[in-house]
Amino acid sequence: MLEVLKAPLVVEFPFTRSLGPVQSAFLTGLREGVVLGVRTGDGRVLVPPAEYDPVTAEEIRDLVEVAPTGTVTTWAWNHAPRRGQPLATPFAWALVRLDGADTALLHALDAPGPDAVHTGMRVRIRWAAERTGAITDIACFEPYDGDPPQLTGNTGQFANPVSGIVAAARLDYTYSPGRAQTAYIHALGDRRIVGERCPSCRKVYVPPRGACPTCGLATSEPVEVGPRGTVTTFCIVNIKAKNLDIEVPYVYAHIALDGADLALHGRIGGIPYDEVRMGLRVEPVWTEGGRYPDHYRPTGEPDADYDTYKELL
Amino acid sequence: MTSAPGDREIAVVAFAQTVHRRTSDESSEVEMLMPVLHEVLDRTGMKTADIDFTCSGSSDYLAGRAFSFTLALDGVGAWPPLSESHVEMDGAWALYEAWTKLLTGDADTALVYAYGKSSPGSVRDVLTRQLDPYYVAPLWPDAVALAALQAQALIDAGDTDEPALAAVAARNREAATANPHAQLKGPVPQGDHLVRPLRTGDCPPIGDGAAAVILAAGDRARDLCARPAWIRGIDHRIEAHGLGVRDLTDSPSTRLAAERAGAFERPVDTAELHAPFTAQEIVLRKALRLDDGVVVNPSGGALAANPIMAAGLIRIGEAAARIHRGASDRALAHATSGPCLQQNLVAVLEGEPR
Repeated sequence: MLEVLKAPLVVEFPFTRSLGPVQSAFLTGLREGVVLGVRTGDGRVLVPPAEYDPVTAEEIRDLVEVAPTGTVTTWAWNHAPRRGQPLATPFAWALVRLDGADTALLHALDAPGPDAVHTGMRVRIRWAAERTGAITDIACFEPYDGDPPQLTGNTGQFANPVSGIVAAARLDYTYSPGRAQTAYIHALGDRRIVGERCPSCRKVYVPPRGACPTCGLATSEPVEVGPRGTVTTFCIVNIKAKNLDIEVPYVYAHIALDGADLALHGRIGGIPYDEVRMGLRVEPVWTEGGRYPDHYRPTGEPDADYDTYKELL
Repeated sequence: MTSAPGDREIAVVAFAQTVHRRTSDESSEVEMLMPVLHEVLDRTGMKTADIDFTCSGSSDYLAGRAFSFTLALDGVGAWPPLSESHVEMDGAWALYEAWTKLLTGDADTALVYAYGKSSPGSVRDVLTRQLDPYYVAPLWPDAVALAALQAQALIDAGDTDEPALAAVAARNREAATANPHAQLKGPVPQGDHLVRPLRTGDCPPIGDGAAAVILAAGDRARDLCARPAWIRGIDHRIEAHGLGVRDLTDSPSTRLAAERAGAFERPVDTAELHAPFTAQEIVLRKALRLDDGVVVNPSGGALAANPIMAAGLIRIGEAAARIHRGASDRALAHATSGPCLQQNLVAVLEGEPR
C-alpha cells in the first residue's frame, strides 16, 4: 500500500447577497443602533424579521421597533470559541427575546462563566464599535438589570439603506485523493503515467479514479501508458488566466496517450498555435521539479490516422 | 402520505452499508461507496442495468470536493445512460423521491444510495453553511452549539436532565455492540462538556460511511426478497428556519409527518430514530408517542454511527433489514436534516404476516 497523500485544501468564497426590504431595514437599523422587528398578520413581532410569515407565508412589511434589551430563552456555554464566532473568549450562545418581540434572536452572550448565565436572565445588546449593516453589528449580548431604554421611534426610515451583505466563508480541509489517484500521483513522481484497466470492458483510464464509469467496477490493474500520444481535439485559448504565466494564444488539447482509452488534457507547446491539428503526435515535456508534464510537444511523427482515435473523441 | 388502496405496493428489498469509521483517507468517495453498491445489488442478484431509477443524497461541502456526486456515479456504472437524480440532502429524501417515482409506475426498481465523508473537514463548521446566510451563518454557530441550545431548552422545560441524556447515550451504544457497522459502541465515557449542557458522549461520532437501499414494486419485490419491507407511508415536513421562531422542545414536523405516513394508525414494534444528539431522542420519542414497548434504535442509531447524509437512509435500511429477517413486523424509520431537527421524514414499513 502506497503512502496516503494528504494536502491542505482551503475553500474560500465571499458570498455577495442582496437583501429584501425587511432584511435591509433590519440590518440598516443595526448599523444605526436601532432594532426592528416585523409584525405578522396575527400581531406577533418577529425579531430577527422575516420577509414572509413563517407560518402563513404571507408577505409581511410592517416594521416595528423593539428594545435592545431582552430575556434569554435558552443558552449553551461555549468554552472553546471557534473561528468566526462573535467572541474569542469563552461565551454563551443564547437565544434572546428582545423586549417587544415574540421570537428570539441567536447571538453570543458575554458572561464570566456558565454559573453567571441562566434562562430568564436579562441582557442587552453590546453594539460593535464599527457597524456596517450586518448581524455582526451586534458585538454580543451582555448581562443587564436595568429598565429598557427609550425607543428611538424609528420604524425603518434610514438614509443610505444597505442593499446587500458580503459574507466571507472559509472552510479548511485536508484533502486525500484516494487509492487510485494516489498511485497515479506517485507514478508521476517517477515521470511515468500509469492508468488502470477495467476488469470487465478492459478499458484503460488515465488518470484513474478507481471506478470504471461504464461498468461501475473497481479498476485496479495498473497499466503504464504513453509517453507519446495523439491530439484528439483541441481549442485555442485567447484569454489569459489569472495567476497563470502562459502567453496567449495557446492550445489546450485532449490527448489520447498510447495505450489509454480515455483522453487526458494538456497544453500543447513547441509548435505555433495555428498549426496544431487533430491527429498530431505529441510527447510530454517535464520541467525540473515539475510534478506533472508542463506541456506536450510534437514528436515529429506522421499524424495519426483518424480511425485510430475516433473512439476517443 | 400513505399509499392508498389501488396504489402500487413498494418495498425495501435490500440494504447495505459500510463499516463506518473515523477516517477513510485511503479511499476516495467513490472507492468508499462502490463496495456498498455491489453488495446491495448482489443481495438481489440484480445488475445496474436491471435498475430503472437511481437516486442519491450527498453534500460536496463535507469533503470539500466539487461535483463529488457526479464522480460517485462512476461507481454505479452509468452506461447506457441512467435515469438518475440527486438530492443535496440525506439519502432518506432520495429514497422518498425514488418511492414517488415507483408510485407513478414509471419504474419498478430503484437504487438509492448516500454517502458522507466528513473526515477531511471540520463538520461542526461545515454545517454552519446550511444556516440562514443573513442572520445566523455569519456568527458561525456550530452544530454542537445549536444542539446544546435545544438540550438546555429541554432541561429548562423539565423534559430531561444530564443523567437522563447520559442514559440515552449508554443505551444506544450498548445496542450498537450487536451492530458490526457501528463506529462507537459499548461503554463510552460521557466526557467533558463540549458545549454545555452537551458532553462528548451526548454527541455522535464523526465519521465516513455510505449506505444503499433497493426499492421494488409489487411482485418484483416478492421475487427479489423473501420478506419485503413494504413502505406503508412516507412523509416529510419542515419547520421555520428561524431557530428563535420554533419551540425547540417539540417537533411538530415529526408528528405531522408521522401522522401523514400512517404511523399512529397501529402501534409499531420498532423505531429507528435519527437523533444525532441525545436530547433529540427525547424530543422524537415525545413527538412520535413511543412507549416503552417499542424497541428504539436496536442498531445504536446515529449516536453509534453518523455518516452525514447517509445516517437517515441507514435508519430506513436498518428498520427494513429487521423486517427482512423477521425481527420486526411493523417499524417506523425517521430521518432528520438541518439544525435542531428542522426537517423530518417518517416512513412506516411492514412485513407480511408470518
